[in-house]
Amino acid sequence: MGLHLIVTVKQVPDTHNVSGNAMKEDGTVNRAALPTIFNPEDLNALEEALKIKELTGGRVTCISMGPPNAVEVLKECLYRGADDVILISDRRFAGADTLATSYVLKCAIERVGSYDLILCGRQAIDGDTAQVGPQIAEKLKINQLTCVAAVTAVDEKSITVKRSVEDGYEIVKSRFPALLTITAAANEPRSANAKKVMTYKNIGKEMCSLSYDESYLAADACAIVDHIREWNVEAIAADPDQCGLSGSPTKVKKIQSVVLSARESRQIANNDAGIGELIHELIEENIIG
Amino acid sequence: MANFYRDNADILFHMHNLDLTRVVDLKEDGFSNSDNSPYAPQDEADARDNYDRVLAIVGEIAGDFAAPRAREVDAEGATFADGEVTYPKGIQETVARINQADLAGFTMPRKYGGINMPITIFSAAIEIISRADASLMLVFGLQGLSDTICKFGSEEQKQRLLPRFASGEVMGSMALTEPDSGSDLQSVMLKAHQDEEGIWRLNGVKRFITNGCSDISLVMARSEEGTSSGRGLSLFIYERDQDMKVRRIEHKLGITGSPTCEIQFNNAKAELLGKRKLGLIKYTIYLMNGARLAVAAQSVGIAEAAYRKAYAYANDRSQFKQPIRNFAAIYEMLTDMKTMIEASRTLVYETSRIVDIKEGLEERLEKYPQRAADLNDELKRYTRFASLFTPLAKSFAAEMVNKVCYDAIQIHGGVGFTKEFDVERHYRDARITNIYEGTTQLQTVAALGGVIAGVVSERLNEYEENFDFTAVADIFQTAQKMRSHLEMAISFVKEKGDSVFQEFHAGRLVNMTTDVINTYLLCQNALRSERKKTVARVYLSKAYLRVKANLDYILANDHVLIDLHGEVIDKEE
Repeated sequence: MGLHLIVTVKQVPDTHNVSGNAMKEDGTVNRAALPTIFNPEDLNALEEALKIKELTGGRVTCISMGPPNAVEVLKECLYRGADDVILISDRRFAGADTLATSYVLKCAIERVGSYDLILCGRQAIDGDTAQVGPQIAEKLKINQLTCVAAVTAVDEKSITVKRSVEDGYEIVKSRFPALLTITAAANEPRSANAKKVMTYKNIGKEMCSLSYDESYLAADACAIVDHIREWNVEAIAADPDQCGLSGSPTKVKKIQSVVLSARESRQIANNDAGIGELIHELIEENIIG
Repeated sequence: MANFYRDNADILFHMHNLDLTRVVDLKEDGFSNSDNSPYAPQDEADARDNYDRVLAIVGEIAGDFAAPRAREVDAEGATFADGEVTYPKGIQETVARINQADLAGFTMPRKYGGINMPITIFSAAIEIISRADASLMLVFGLQGLSDTICKFGSEEQKQRLLPRFASGEVMGSMALTEPDSGSDLQSVMLKAHQDEEGIWRLNGVKRFITNGCSDISLVMARSEEGTSSGRGLSLFIYERDQDMKVRRIEHKLGITGSPTCEIQFNNAKAELLGKRKLGLIKYTIYLMNGARLAVAAQSVGIAEAAYRKAYAYANDRSQFKQPIRNFAAIYEMLTDMKTMIEASRTLVYETSRIVDIKEGLEERLEKYPQRAADLNDELKRYTRFASLFTPLAKSFAAEMVNKVCYDAIQIHGGVGFTKEFDVERHYRDARITNIYEGTTQLQTVAALGGVIAGVVSERLNEYEENFDFTAVADIFQTAQKMRSHLEMAISFVKEKGDSVFQEFHAGRLVNMTTDVINTYLLCQNALRSERKKTVARVYLSKAYLRVKANLDYILANDHVLIDLHGEVIDKEE
């Protein structure tokens, strides 16, 4: 017994180390110019899943949609204690916006089968949309608890969390299955485990066809990871038209680097007259009103 | 996001360039993986990749987790109430992370749950941890204790105890010192006797016991009634029960996060480790040597932390309309600090490598006794080198960190004297390093034998044979001149045959030895990098004069201080 927890993870460009050629002329991210890292809040999601597993027992499956080298973030999941990892990779997934991404992840999750909880990072540092988690929940027609700052209780049937909302937080309880999006406030992610690093660092990945991989569905199939499964469009039984660029209604027209600066700063007298004057001016210019 | 391994170019230089072939081969027993472990390396490159990855985990825990908690750990300190010791919250949290990452059985063989890292890698890890929090090292570094059980314990003891250390379930302490037995451990009085059932019982008090409250202690006790020498002492494994009481903990200048306990054994049940009478002369010597090397590494880590803060401050702080680092007085301090840190680091790694080879040879000899003829000579050589290098590394690094932290405060000026900056903490933490695990003065005693007996020349000859120094001939010439100064001093003292004179100059002879060895090691580093060539040049420019001054003093045959010290210190006007 125990819970089955699915964590979605993403390999992202390290936006803390952005250089001049971070964007390509066509407005897409120049991934070659940026080092890649584990999306930080996805690490928080993984940490929360591992903590829940330690409490209730069960297993943690991590999935990532991305190019072949996204296998590196999946290895990082194994290093920290994930029981199984799956790479969702296919040229036809490339260029996906959040709609197409959530569709692919939803298909992959259905392919994985039964689950109690899905945990996602709230948002990725490259797109910052915070849309993929909620869209997966919508497509799977399950409860979603977003912006989770803490898991306060969990048992075999339900979870209680503290959500960050605009003016504070709210405590919400949901039955399983449910999807959580986790924020950085939730925990301090653990480091990799030395033994697991040495065990898994050299494992390869293997493309799995649908028929080949039936064994995966057996409950004890992931006791030992000897390779990382890779699933393509067919393996997750996805509609190619809803994947990648063709499944993405979002079109980037132009990307511009905007540098915000306070060139025209002005000192306002710290008294009623000074503040009144400022309010008057803001109303005049239709900035407030 | 700070990784104290990945951000340290000098550690990376060594990890890239250290000759670990012999070390890895011995540690992995020719890559036999006889335990069928899933995480055993396939070859040297694979093993080195493991070392790199493991140190990166240590670096992440140190940088991201331990360092941000260090100031609070220091302020909170270990506390004592109702007979129990509580570690500061930050230490508890970081130790949990270390255990979670499976770093608690760092050097332990895989078959007992460890990760089988060489001591060289352990030294690097200790440095990295100590840079974050010197107190934390007293938990992380003390895992060396389980090495003593691993080396001398019975197979049954090992199987029963070691996995518990490796998982982090238990922590250890070494209970050696007593109120009246500090440097002079031969006089230990804590009594061990066998009761009518043949069970060993301990009675007496131990003082200054780091982690004395821990689950498992190695306790040195007098098992042979009526004896008074070191040969009447045995080492016992004691597992905490109601028969041992923590009486108090010390209130210390530094490393406040680590509890230093006074503990009392009241007929407490214990088991013998190894054989009777070998407690001090074999097991404790081994245990202490490991601890000395760990303190050397700890010293380098604290120094690294202090140096980085001094360097940043000197660049940041402007006086007389320019950063203070532009002034000769400041940049000289910074340069000396960094040069001495790098010299200490190379000495610590060389010492660790020597110890690794010695330990590896001993294990191999035990496993394949038929190969004794091949291995014995090499083992004897490395045993001599280990006995010389360990006290050299410990005393040099410990004195170095004290000077580095002193100067780090000096560079900060007034604010460095306040608790708003970290350098005062580093300064307090550093102060223990040249005291515990044998004072610098005792390290001198430990090293002197090897210096006088020519072990240092033996090792220097090997360096001259094994490395082609022509690419750095200009600096190496000076190094050789220093060597001849050292050898001249040694012969002078030997020929004089005056034990008082020899004792008086022991510290100077040992310091000269360390300076000469360091220059040889820095010249080896210089063969690999242009920058290291500069570091060697800078080190030499002062070390040469130090060695020369020491030689002059010794050759002067000046007995003024020996003869007249009593006139000055005992008499008043």
